Amino acid sequence: MAMLDIKDLTIEYPDRHGVFQATKNVNLTVNRGEILGIVGESGAGKSTIGNAVMGLLQSPGRIGQGEVYLDETRLDTLPFEDMRKLRGKKIAMIFQDPMTSLNPLETVESQLVETIELHLKLGSAGARARAVSLLDQVGIPDPEQRISQYPHEFSGGMRQRVVIALALAAEPDVIIADEPTTALDVSIQAQILDLIRDLCREKNVGMILVTHDMGVISQTADRVAVMYRGKLVEIGDTKQITQNPQHEYTKALISAVPPSNMRIDRFQHVGFGKEGGGLKEFDLNNHWLGQGRSDEKGDAAILQIKDLNKVFKSTSGFLGSKGVETHAVRDVSFEVSTGQTFGIVGESGSGKSTIARLITGIHKPTSGQVVFEGLDLLARPKSRQDLLTKRQIQMIFQDPYSSLNPRMRVENIVAEPIIVNNLAGSRAEAISIARDLLQLVELDDTAGRRFPHAFSGGQRQRISIARALASRPRFLICDEPTSALDVSIQAQILNLLKDLQARLNLTLLFISHDLPVMRQMCDQIAVMRYGEIVETGDAEGIFVAPQHSYTQDLISLMPKFERLG
Amino acid sequence: MFRFVGDPIENMLGQERTDADVERLRDQLGLDDPFLLQYWNFLADAVQGNLGISFRQGRPVVEVLIERLPATLELAFISALFAILFGVLLGVYTAIRSKGWLTNLILTVSLVGVSLPTFLIGILLIYLFAVELGWLPSFGRGDTVQIGWWTTGLLTISGLKAIILPAITLGLYQMTLIMRLVRSEMSEVLNSDYIRFARARGLSERTINFKHALKNTLVPVITITGLQLGSIIAFAIVTETVFQWPGVGLLFIDSVQFVDIPVMAAYLMFISVMFVAINLIVDILYVIVDPRLRIEGAN
Repeated sequence: MAMLDIKDLTIEYPDRHGVFQATKNVNLTVNRGEILGIVGESGAGKSTIGNAVMGLLQSPGRIGQGEVYLDETRLDTLPFEDMRKLRGKKIAMIFQDPMTSLNPLETVESQLVETIELHLKLGSAGARARAVSLLDQVGIPDPEQRISQYPHEFSGGMRQRVVIALALAAEPDVIIADEPTTALDVSIQAQILDLIRDLCREKNVGMILVTHDMGVISQTADRVAVMYRGKLVEIGDTKQITQNPQHEYTKALISAVPPSNMRIDRFQHVGFGKEGGGLKEFDLNNHWLGQGRSDEKGDAAILQIKDLNKVFKSTSGFLGSKGVETHAVRDVSFEVSTGQTFGIVGESGSGKSTIARLITGIHKPTSGQVVFEGLDLLARPKSRQDLLTKRQIQMIFQDPYSSLNPRMRVENIVAEPIIVNNLAGSRAEAISIARDLLQLVELDDTAGRRFPHAFSGGQRQRISIARALASRPRFLICDEPTSALDVSIQAQILNLLKDLQARLNLTLLFISHDLPVMRQMCDQIAVMRYGEIVETGDAEGIFVAPQHSYTQDLISLMPKFERLG
Repeated sequence: MFRFVGDPIENMLGQERTDADVERLRDQLGLDDPFLLQYWNFLADAVQGNLGISFRQGRPVVEVLIERLPATLELAFISALFAILFGVLLGVYTAIRSKGWLTNLILTVSLVGVSLPTFLIGILLIYLFAVELGWLPSFGRGDTVQIGWWTTGLLTISGLKAIILPAITLGLYQMTLIMRLVRSEMSEVLNSDYIRFARARGLSERTINFKHALKNTLVPVITITGLQLGSIIAFAIVTETVFQWPGVGLLFIDSVQFVDIPVMAAYLMFISVMFVAINLIVDILYVIVDPRLRIEGAN
């Protein structure tokens, strides 16, 4: 018999309109030493299952139907206090964001010892000794010293190790890991996944690994359950699910994952009951969008960056203590050719987003040159023509939820740059152009009259793209444009960007931490670390034969999701 | 500018005065000097600890203030204690039991505390407890005990009875404010990841609420509360007037009526010093509670 047995589980959230079922009749089992991956997009109900097993459903959620067994014990009907005693002792949980899952005001020691003393009768000296050995097991160097530190003295990856140590504190039988590596950089992610896998084998612990990332699943899990809108659509061995999916949704999901081993032209089957369609046909020769646009292509550099530097100074403290200087961008030079996609890849803190902000003028560089179409962007614009040139650079931001004004109608958001820049004859014309732009990014006719909150994340990102296009740009900066989105939506947005680039002869500067996405999108790639470019080159070249050791590490550590043929 | 507040000489000398008396006194007090010279003399004396002589009482201002100070500080201390104790307790209760009839009752009543002006609360309390029920005195400080230069009312029964109503009047507004602040901060903390993670480790609700959540709640609460304590001393003017409490606030109001400029200036300076001192203490407390700031400072 399986160790953890979830039978026919239905979780309900009653609200004013009735009862919303977050999961419907889900059956899952986990054995000792086995890692079961649950994969699905946002809203699929995958996290809810973990919370239900822990007895920690957020109010007003409740188990409507079904049973949960751990060995012989039925969990879902246990009284609250009995369930509390099992939490941490029999079933433990690892959360997504290590930055927020530890109490910032207590030392790591106090949090570990507290948990150990609660579940194991070891005495305070025994508990401390166990705490030190746990930190050692999860790979924290110098555990004797570091145990007395506060969470903020640990880096993100180290904090997640502390969280794992806390989860292991009382030798649980099952660990539920909810997106344990989503908030981490690629190299750290690989280490944490290795650690999780080894610990499960070594301690014979069963694990439910909840994630949206197919790459993580395919490398870590033994079996995979695929969820879609609260239903379990397919479950099977990892190899079978990733190589030979049976259900239509699984097929669509897998085809939307950017493969790490090859470049594909477009993502296929991205519309499983979701938004999307073809680009609306416009005759660009007659349409407003086509005016003032050149079709030149080739090697001519549209953007040149020379010896760019940016130093951030933290303000000096009380009693004249010296402020700390951070060299965010150091001697960066590169050129972007017209009509191409130039990618900047790097881990968090590498300075890649700072470059986007320097180009768009959000920050002023400390030194260096930014030349766009022969115009020095750092100099004060001398003529109206200079301003027009500057406006041909537009930006798409990472978070589609905070980058749109919630109190403006979508068509006004999109029309605003047209009106402000006097690009149309009248307000009415600007609005009608905005509607055309919304159709160009595949939103329906009524979209313009609504407010941003009526749209999903992917649709909002489309609105952001339409707004960027409203200045008739030639150069688009995309700063992590899809990292807040589900894979199928990501595939649609990436397809859209590729189509728009081809039709409007756009040049893209594409910034991301996601190597497989970069491989699909970019012609040229620059790899950044600690503010410096360590390697620049042809995209396929970077992936096939990386030169710099850091690039080699990044590429060997990225979660591999390979596609055959 | 003295012309705007009236001539103190008018009040100091009675009806039976001669022009020569007026001139003599004016010269003696330096009131006929040019404004800048007067200001310079004031500053020079002030840095030496001499804040001048009260026009009304004819005694050094420092002496008058020190005599009145214990009454105000005791009142402020007791009402701050009341505000913090009940504010935090009720705030935590309403955050933990976020849905319940008692919570709703507390929140509704707290609205009254926020919206009623201090003097009205004072008068209502006097009417209820002093006039109708006769339990507590309606004015004054009761019997006091002298300890060195400090007079305290906290050691006698009548002194303790006398401080209850003014302390509640003065602290009620701060209490409701602290309560609402604690409640909103705590509800936010209770929804944070580390509290969810603490639950997932099987910690008891009591440990979670009082060890993990409360301490995190207090970090922002300390700032606001510290600032509020400063205003408790400043707001004491109104309460002291309503209850005829013999503190510096009442002294200030009397001085305004009498155009006793040295006392007014000294009082305002005293309030500023209190604000600065309290802010300093708050900043130090902050560092004690929050380890993240300790490291910043060490660098």
